[in-house]
Amino acid sequence: MRAIPTDRGACPFDPPAGMADEPLSKVRLSNGDQVWLVTRHDLVRQVLGDTRFSSEIDGGFLDVPLHAVQPQPGMFIQMDPPEHTRLRRLLTGRFTVQRMQRLRPRIEQIVTERLDALERAPRPADLVAEFALPIPSLVICELLGVPYAERASFQEAGARLLTLTGTQEELEEAMMRLGGYLAELIARKRAEPGEGLLDDLLDSGLSDEELVGIAILLLIAGHETTANMISLGTLLLLQHPDQLALVRQSPEAARTAVDELLRYLSIVDVGMFRRASTDLELDGQIIKEGEFVTCSLAAANRDPALLDRPEELEVSRPKAPHVAFGFGPHQCLGQNLARLEMEIAYPALFRRLPDLRLAVPLEKVPFKSDMAIYGVHRLEVEW
Amino acid sequence: MVIKVDRERCASSGQCALTAPEVFAQDEEDGRVVLLDEHATGPEVRRATTGCPTQAISSD
Ligand code: HEM
Ligand code: SF4
Repeated sequence: MRAIPTDRGACPFDPPAGMADEPLSKVRLSNGDQVWLVTRHDLVRQVLGDTRFSSEIDGGFLDVPLHAVQPQPGMFIQMDPPEHTRLRRLLTGRFTVQRMQRLRPRIEQIVTERLDALERAPRPADLVAEFALPIPSLVICELLGVPYAERASFQEAGARLLTLTGTQEELEEAMMRLGGYLAELIARKRAEPGEGLLDDLLDSGLSDEELVGIAILLLIAGHETTANMISLGTLLLLQHPDQLALVRQSPEAARTAVDELLRYLSIVDVGMFRRASTDLELDGQIIKEGEFVTCSLAAANRDPALLDRPEELEVSRPKAPHVAFGFGPHQCLGQNLARLEMEIAYPALFRRLPDLRLAVPLEKVPFKSDMAIYGVHRLEVEW
Repeated sequence: MVIKVDRERCASSGQCALTAPEVFAQDEEDGRVVLLDEHATGPEVRRATTGCPTQAISSD
């Protein structure tokens, strides 16, 4: 049985070589697990749209084998209906397209402040640390209602959680510390409610444990993902000056570009697993109860059946029904927030620093090829 | 052609409201789809229908 493809040697912006060789096949993960790999767009939608392919699982990374779990309180990304539906519906009203627009002025302000800081930083500067990581972190603080004075330490705790290349114990320790802070924040909010998503949820019948779980989920799901899209998307556009010029031109063009960048880069690729809760048929094949399935979102988003010229980056094309945010009932809750952050960040960056360029050759850029979410560790830039 | 939405299936992704804002909106409370114009047609409506992650939009 072949190993799951991981080699992006040919082009760092393309899916690993050989990913789309077969629409459905069994592959081996680095931890030795054997899973079904799904790469065709329609099949990926079929799997992710069917909750009999259960999300109640853990593992698949480092050396942890895939296994069924009882999800932690609040972690609805790992839940199946009806629990998943109950928790997600408490939040969906806070993430609507209309609602996100109300955050626009705050996001614009956060982006402006980060650009001010970036301009003061010594050159070359690391765009990841100075710009891409702080923006989503500060936006989540804003959304949750983390007080200003505590944002620096919240950001630091979040960053520690993300940059950990360490052991399972170190990860759990960082998680505990963040959980401790959030539990204490919620206690203070119960005494004196303020403005924010956590404050609004105080009376919704959720336990404090569930509230903490939800807050951690939003941070984990929304921080590195958005940061990686901002930095990797910038890097990609720097390689395509004609496309970059379009993004810089108008807010309309930047808005359209965001979904094409999401599709083209598909930074969440084979990291989301499902477990067949019963024998299920897929493309004429029986997936047996207890077997695990993963979908290559990157391969599905380059499927010629999805759109013409899938290999081309065309930031002005109409939005394709891509699966960069997943599909089905678990499709990204924060997608309209992520879109807004990107749609504001890219053109603001390219306008403020019209001479923005890489400070190192592309071959020297450290890509996150071994991580669950694709991106760059650092992006040294000049202007 | 009449558009139908199934609010039980809807996962409040907002894809429809983003793609065809004249036709679909999201409930202020829980983000579920609200149909603004059941007789609308055109490429945006088609794109919203195929783009819906839970197949909650149909027309007949
Ligand atoms: C460009 C940035 C982002 C990408 C590429 C992304 C991608 C994804 C994907 C692929 C899933 C599906 C997981 C699955 O089916 O198992 C997902 C779920 C989720 N995302 Fe995002 N995401 C991004 C930004 C955000 C942001 C900003 C937030 C919130 C602040 C967020 C919160 C969530 C949550 C809560 C879920 C779980 C939804 C559920 O299980 O119902 N994401 N995301
Ligand atoms: S696209 Fe589908 S799931 Fe998303 S809000 Fe519209 S009807 Fe609901």
